[in-house]
Amino acid sequence: MTVNGAERESEVEPRTLLAYYLRETLGLTGTNIGCDTSSCGACTVLVDGESVKSCTMLAAQADGASVTTIEGLSNGDGMAPMQQAFHECHGLQCGFCTPGMVLAAVSFLDEHPQPSEEDVRMGLEGNLCRCTGYQNIVKAVLACAGNGAKP
Amino acid sequence: MTATEAPPEAATRSRVFGTRVLRKEDPALLSGEARYTDDLAIPGALHMAVVRSPYAHARITAIDLAGALAMPGVVAAFTGTDLLDDWAQPMPMAWPVTDDLKNPPHYPLTPDIARFSGDGVAVVVAESMELARDALEAVVVDYEPLDPVVTVEDGVTDRVLVHDDAGTNKAYTWELKIGEDAVEQAFATAAHTVKERFVQQRLVPMAMEPRASAAIPQPVGGEVTLYSATQIPHILKIFTALTLGIPEHHVRVIAPSVGGGFGSKLEVYQEELLCVALARRLGKPVRWVEERSENAHATIQGRAQIQDVELAADENGKLLAVRVNLTADMGAYLMLITPGIPLLGAFLYAGVYDLPQAYSFTCTGVFTNLTPTDAYRGAGRPEATYAIERAMDRLAQTMGIDPVELRRRNFVKADQFPYTAFSGLVYDSADHEATLATALELAGYDGLRAEQASRRDSGSTRHLGIGVSTYFEMCGLAPSRVLASLNYSAGGWEAATVRILPTNKVQVVTGCSPHGQGHVTSWSMIAADRLGVDPDDVDVLHSDTALSPAGLDTYGSRSLAVGGIAVYQALDRVIDKAKTIAAHMMECAEADLDFENGTFSVRGSPDRELPLAAVAFAAFTAHDLPDGVEPSLEASSVYDPPNFSWPNGCHICVVEVDEETGAVDVLKYVAVDDCGNRLNPMIVEGQVHGGVVQGLAQALYEEAVYDEHGNLTTATLADYLVPAAPDVPSITTGATVTPSPTNPLGVKGIGEAGAIGSTPAVINAIVDALSPLGVTDVEMPASPLRVWSTIQAAQTAATGGAR
Repeated sequence: MTVNGAERESEVEPRTLLAYYLRETLGLTGTNIGCDTSSCGACTVLVDGESVKSCTMLAAQADGASVTTIEGLSNGDGMAPMQQAFHECHGLQCGFCTPGMVLAAVSFLDEHPQPSEEDVRMGLEGNLCRCTGYQNIVKAVLACAGNGAKP
Repeated sequence: MTATEAPPEAATRSRVFGTRVLRKEDPALLSGEARYTDDLAIPGALHMAVVRSPYAHARITAIDLAGALAMPGVVAAFTGTDLLDDWAQPMPMAWPVTDDLKNPPHYPLTPDIARFSGDGVAVVVAESMELARDALEAVVVDYEPLDPVVTVEDGVTDRVLVHDDAGTNKAYTWELKIGEDAVEQAFATAAHTVKERFVQQRLVPMAMEPRASAAIPQPVGGEVTLYSATQIPHILKIFTALTLGIPEHHVRVIAPSVGGGFGSKLEVYQEELLCVALARRLGKPVRWVEERSENAHATIQGRAQIQDVELAADENGKLLAVRVNLTADMGAYLMLITPGIPLLGAFLYAGVYDLPQAYSFTCTGVFTNLTPTDAYRGAGRPEATYAIERAMDRLAQTMGIDPVELRRRNFVKADQFPYTAFSGLVYDSADHEATLATALELAGYDGLRAEQASRRDSGSTRHLGIGVSTYFEMCGLAPSRVLASLNYSAGGWEAATVRILPTNKVQVVTGCSPHGQGHVTSWSMIAADRLGVDPDDVDVLHSDTALSPAGLDTYGSRSLAVGGIAVYQALDRVIDKAKTIAAHMMECAEADLDFENGTFSVRGSPDRELPLAAVAFAAFTAHDLPDGVEPSLEASSVYDPPNFSWPNGCHICVVEVDEETGAVDVLKYVAVDDCGNRLNPMIVEGQVHGGVVQGLAQALYEEAVYDEHGNLTTATLADYLVPAAPDVPSITTGATVTPSPTNPLGVKGIGEAGAIGSTPAVINAIVDALSPLGVTDVEMPASPLRVWSTIQAAQTAATGGAR
C-alpha cells in the first residue's frame, strides 16, 4: 500500500488490523488506539481519501490503497489548514483524539465544503473527545471551511 | 462573550498575561510527533497482560499457568501468591481520614480472594502484546464464587463482608459538626425544611488514552525507570520505591504525553507496580497497555455516593442549618485517596450561601465488591454542589418563589469577602450577585420565564425548563497545614526552578505534570512577562523526576494557583540575583535599579541600561561577579499556599422536555465562571467547555451500571455513553473577575469548575420544566426512559393512583 505517499510492502499476519500495522510495523504512532469496539475514532485515518477507523480494517484489506495518517497530512510543509485551524481555535487539549479527529474532519469537509454547525457535529459523531466538549473542535472545522482552502 | 471583565491588575505591567496565546503544545500533538507511553519504542521490551477475575467476589482455589507458559513467545507467568515477596508493603493509601479507618491490605495481584470484577489474579509476560493477550485464555483459574456486595445499602448491613479481616464493610465514619444545638434548634423551629435524597451514580472517567506503563530496569545498578500515563510522576516515584522496597534515588518516573486524566490517573496502580516488579525479576523492560474494557473495570471510578440532605430556612428562605448524611461507595479497596474524596466536599454543602454556624456532616465509607472509587473531575465538590443546588431549588419550589430570588437572599455578599465561613475556612473573594447577573443577562432569563409561562398556558407538552446553579469550589490543593488537619499523608506545596541560560533562553522546571491543560504555554507566559522575553524563548521541563525532582503533580485545579505561583516566586528570585550582578556591572546601587521588559535601568538615568541577556552571559562566564555571588542565573521556589483558591460561578441551562417521550433537549447553556485573573482566557474557556460537557454527561448520559452479580454492563464505549459532538450544546461562556487576594497573580483554578456547575444546572432545568406535572426530582442520568417514568409516577401520585 501507499502510506503518506511512500510505497510500503510488508508481510502481515492475516489478523493484523490496519491500526496496529501503522503503529507497530511502520512506527506511525500518531494513529492512536482508544477503544476496542470501534467507538472512539482515535485511530481514524484516510484510506483513498475517505476517513476509516483503522481498527475496523485489516491491514490486508488496505492492500493497494493509499493511506494518509496524521504524519502525512501536511506534506511536510508546516501544518495543513485543518491542523492550523485546530491550533488557532484551541481545538485540542490532551491531543489523544486529535489525529483521528483532524482526519475525520478533513474527510468530512471534503464531502461537505459548506457545513452548518449542526452538520459538523453530526459529521464528527464517530469521534469522541473527553477534553474539549467539542466546542472548539466544531469552531475549528467551521473556520477551516470558511477559509476555503483544501483542508 | 466576556462581560464585566475588569482589566486584571497584572495586565498593567505585562505583555502576555490575559491574552490568548496559542498553545506551544499543539504542533507536536497535531502532527503525531507527540509520544504517549504506548508510542515509545523500547528495544527488547516484553509485554504484560493481566488475568482478571470475571467474578465480583470469589475465592481463588487454584491457578494453572502451565498452558500459558507452554505457548510460544510466552516468557513468564505469575500468580498473586508468586509475587507476594516482591512487595515490601501493600499498595499505598495516603489518606487515612480517621484513626480507626479500615484499610485491608491490597496487593497488585490478589493472592486469595477476587473482590471486584476486574481484580487482577495473575499476569502473563510474552514477546508481544498479542501473544500476551492470547495467553490469558490459557490461564486456568478455579474460582469459588462468593456472594457479592453490589450496593452500599447492602454493604452497610455487613450481611456479606468484602474483607473478612476488617470485620465490617464500614471503612470509616467521618463527621464535621458545627453548632449541634443550633442545628437541632433550627430544624425544630424552621418555617421551611427540605429533606432530599440524591444518588450520585458511579461514573467511569474514560480518559481517551487508556493507561499504559513501561518499566526499564538496570539490573547491574538496581535502578529502574518507569514510564507511565500518570498525572503524578513524583508521587508515583515515592510509592514505587516504598511498595517495592527500592531505594528512592534508584527510581525515575517519566510521564510522557498523557492523554487526559480527570483524576483517573491520580493513582498508584497495580499495573505500574507489576511492570516494575516483573522488569526487575526478568531483567528486561516490561510494558503494558490497557484495553478499553479493562479501563472500565480496573481504572478507578468516580462519584458513587448516596446523599441525604436537609435544609432548614426561615420564613424568607434564609438558610438556618444544613444537615448532610453521606454514604460513599469505596468499592473493593481503598486506592490512593479513596476515603478522602467525599471529605473534599464536606465543607461545601452550604454552597455560596451565608450559613450561620449550624452544620452537620457525616460520611460513612462503605466497601462493596465493585471497582474502587477515587478522584474524578471535581472529586467530592461536584457532589456537594449538586446536593445543595438541587436542595435549594426544592426549597424554592416548596416556598413558591423563583430559585434565583432564593439564591439572592442567601448569597454571601461581595463586601463580606474575605469571608470566614461556618467551617472556619476563609473564602477569598467573589461577587455572586455580579456573576449571577451576568449569567441571567447572557441567558435572557426574563424572556425565558415569559416563554415558559406562555408554553404552560398553551398546554404544550414540550416543556421549557430553566435551571440555575451557583457554586464555590475549594481548590488549589492545598495548604499543607489544612491537609495535616484532615490526616492527609502529604503536603500541598509545589516547586519550580527558573534557569536563564547563557544565551538568554529560559528553562522553567515545574513539579506539576500536565496532561492536556497547557502548562507549557501558561508557564511560558508567566516567565515571558517577568523576564521580558518571548514565550517561545521559554521551555518548560516537567513530568520527569530526574529533570524535575521536586513536585506534587497535577490534580485539584492546583497548577496555576500553586505551581504557577512557585514559578512566579522563582522568577522573582532569579531577577533578584540578576539585579545584584547588574548593579555590579553598572556600578550602581541595587536599590537604584529598575527591571522592566528584559532591561535593567538606573532610576533617574534613562540612558543607563543593561539587558538581561548581558547579565545572563556574565553570570555564565563568571569572570567578574560581585564577591559572594555564585555563577549561573538560576533560582528555585517551593510554594505552600496560605489558603485554597475559591473559584465560583453561575451556570444556567435551558432545556425542552418532551412530556410524551421523556426526551431532553438542551437548548442553551450559559457558564459564567470567576477564576480571578485569567492568564490565558482561551485555555480557561477550553477548560470550562470540557468540564461543562463532563458534568452535563453525568446529568444526562453516563452511568457505570452493575447487575446483581456485580458485573459491569457498561464496560465499552459502545455501552457507556460518553457524549459525542451532536449530543451536547454549544456553550456560551462569560466571566467575572474578582482576583484572589492570596497570591501575587490573583489567580484561581478552573479545571474542575465546569464539571461542578453543570450537573445541578441541567437537572434543575429538567425538574423546573416538569414541575407543573408534580415532578420534584429526577434521578441521574436523566435518560428519556427515566424522565418519562418519573413523569408517569408523578402523575399517578397526583391522581391518587387512579390513572
